[in-house]
Amino acid sequence: MPVITYRDAINQALAEELQRDPNVLIMGEEVGQYKGAYKVTRGLLDQFGPDRVLDTPISEAGFTGLGIGAAMMGLRPVVEFMFWSFCYVAFDQVFNNAANIRYMSGGLINIPIVFRGPANGGTNVGATHSHTPENFAANTPGLKVICPATPYDAKGLMKSAIRDNDPVFVMENTVLYGNKGEVPEEDYVIPMGVAEVKRAGTDISLIAHGRCVILCLEAAKALADEHGINAEVVDIRSIRPLDEETILESVRKTNRAVLVEENKPFCGVDAQISHIIQDKAFDYLDAPIKRVSSIDAPQIYSMPLEKLQIPSVERIIETVLEIT
Amino acid sequence: MPNIIEMPKLSDTMTEGTVVNWLKNEGDKVENGDILAEIETDKATQELECFDDGFLLKIYIPTGGKAPCGKPICAIGEEGEKAPKFEVTPEAKPASKEADPEPSPKETEEEGEAPEPKSNDKTAPKDASKSKKSAPAKATAEPKGKPTKPPAPKPASSSSSQRLLASPLARRIAEEEGIPLDVIKGSGPKGRIVKSDVLAAKEQGVIGSAAAVIPALEEKLTPISNIREVIAKRLLESKTQIPHFYIEKEIDATPLLQVRAAINDRFKKYGQPYRFTVNDYILKAAAEALRAVPGMNASWEGDQIHQHGSIHLAFGVALEDGLVTPVIREAETKDLLAISREARELIDKARSKKLTPEEMSGSTFTVTNLGMFGVDSFYGIINPPNAGILSVGGVFNKPVVDANENIIVGKRMTLGLSCDHRTVDGAIGALFLQALSENLEVPSLMFV
Repeated sequence: MPVITYRDAINQALAEELQRDPNVLIMGEEVGQYKGAYKVTRGLLDQFGPDRVLDTPISEAGFTGLGIGAAMMGLRPVVEFMFWSFCYVAFDQVFNNAANIRYMSGGLINIPIVFRGPANGGTNVGATHSHTPENFAANTPGLKVICPATPYDAKGLMKSAIRDNDPVFVMENTVLYGNKGEVPEEDYVIPMGVAEVKRAGTDISLIAHGRCVILCLEAAKALADEHGINAEVVDIRSIRPLDEETILESVRKTNRAVLVEENKPFCGVDAQISHIIQDKAFDYLDAPIKRVSSIDAPQIYSMPLEKLQIPSVERIIETVLEIT
Repeated sequence: MPNIIEMPKLSDTMTEGTVVNWLKNEGDKVENGDILAEIETDKATQELECFDDGFLLKIYIPTGGKAPCGKPICAIGEEGEKAPKFEVTPEAKPASKEADPEPSPKETEEEGEAPEPKSNDKTAPKDASKSKKSAPAKATAEPKGKPTKPPAPKPASSSSSQRLLASPLARRIAEEEGIPLDVIKGSGPKGRIVKSDVLAAKEQGVIGSAAAVIPALEEKLTPISNIREVIAKRLLESKTQIPHFYIEKEIDATPLLQVRAAINDRFKKYGQPYRFTVNDYILKAAAEALRAVPGMNASWEGDQIHQHGSIHLAFGVALEDGLVTPVIREAETKDLLAISREARELIDKARSKKLTPEEMSGSTFTVTNLGMFGVDSFYGIINPPNAGILSVGGVFNKPVVDANENIIVGKRMTLGLSCDHRTVDGAIGALFLQALSENLEVPSLMFV
């Protein structure tokens, strides 16, 4: 099986879906001639032409609205945000219109749109470019939110997202773009709402999404090598719909959970997961549920401090050791 | 301008403090470095140091009182300066009020309203901390709905330190295994009991199996039922007012058991299955013995002794919450079957609580039997106005010396008799026991 980067896995997903369905189109700032700010759309303009790959003005409120309108008329736009932080410019279109039109139209109008782009910190781009809005996207009924951690998941979930008839928010990660992994050449999709146990274990469940899954896998290895703790890593992959059962099954097995995410802790995704665990697996808990999140402050611009602000392998190990 | 000293935060977890002791009094001159008071935190008692020079104008929180961190506890200023007033929170109430050292919980509940002073003296000095002087008869009116606490100072940490820390999983496993959590030592953070601790305790087996079947002792308070109250009153009267004396006789129960078996067999054989109990025979035998010794069938009536013209035989029936003594009336006129049937009926009624007061009153003698509980012998407390109570023990195999002076295995029953010495003397009691034992040892006599 070919080993390719996360960036190329997404690129393949986009190319294959453009190829498969003439209604699919790409739009966003610098997605065409510049091949994407992070080169995710490289080669697509050449292959599919300017009718399918559209460079837009720097005007999120405008081009997201354009995309939603196109989706209402039956096209399947894939709209890139250079950073998910910029979706705030288009908040009304994205969180209000895209999320509610199907409901407001009594189910008559679908919005088969994908919004995608990186949503992460850790790259020294400052407080206004480092948001991780998956928590409040997932808080909005009508939206689907996925955060792939590996090239394989990125491709399979992206294809699912494009084929879905509702707005799907795909939150990628610039730190992951260069990560490599096995990705099959043949067509495959990964359904949304299905978590994956990325590493089986018995002693504690590390539950994460996005890049934190990778950190958890590293932490699990160190915990096994240095502390004799056999951690299970659950990648929830899809924030909404959420695969509660895989999470609960893991906690019922290990009796302990550390929830890891790059969100700020207050009202983060893991606040909800923590609630679900205590609600549905209370009698299986042998220790309090712990969370590792970003430190609750605007993203710190200082690179050394930002590295301390976002979750790290060390912090995960430290937290695991508190309750094992 | 007076300087208001607030309850200091003396530890990172302190939320309120108790003034254990004031070392300065209102009006005292104080200097920087003086110790004003001792403050008890959730962790320790610490000294409250003064950082001002001046006079202690006012103490807001008296000795024993509590205050949350940041609330005024005293004021320091120039001599004669007027200290500001502060609304005193419930926590800040003193540990003891002179007039009312132990306020009841009820009173505490009402505190938010306007509690009546306990003493009739409406002008009784109210505590200095209560600032609403315009309403001397009422305590400080707190806003409604504000939680009030009993004023007695409690160690702030008592409840949290007594809470048994155990994970939900550990609690569940312990419950399933029947292992009491309080005997398990926790190995988790802050001594929390976790799954492995419960499993280790189970492994040791010391606690597990036995504890699983033997429930922990329960401490409980049971309000006195009416029946219990009557029992308590009547028996206390009896035991304290009646001069009891006791005699005892062991009898040979073999003939009685043989007759009982024979009669039960006969009833069965002729299609009328009916089982007489040992107690039925004892009731019948007692009635016959009372007829033979009527002096026992009597009552002390203060200025006279009343020998009754009928035998109304009471017998004890144990209930879950007490004891009743229904009465078989005119027992001397009834044969064994009649007595047995009536006794059975009365027992059923007693157990279903359907006995009427009439069915439980007017007895002239009482029989009580603990034989079924394996009791050797005992003495009942007389059921007034009876002159005696017969206490029947169980039947036991014992070595006895027979008529030929051989030691044989006998079936023996011990009869105890408690007598009211005002009404009967030892001889009467002895005669009665003799008649009774004759009836039981030669059962045909009781049918004469």
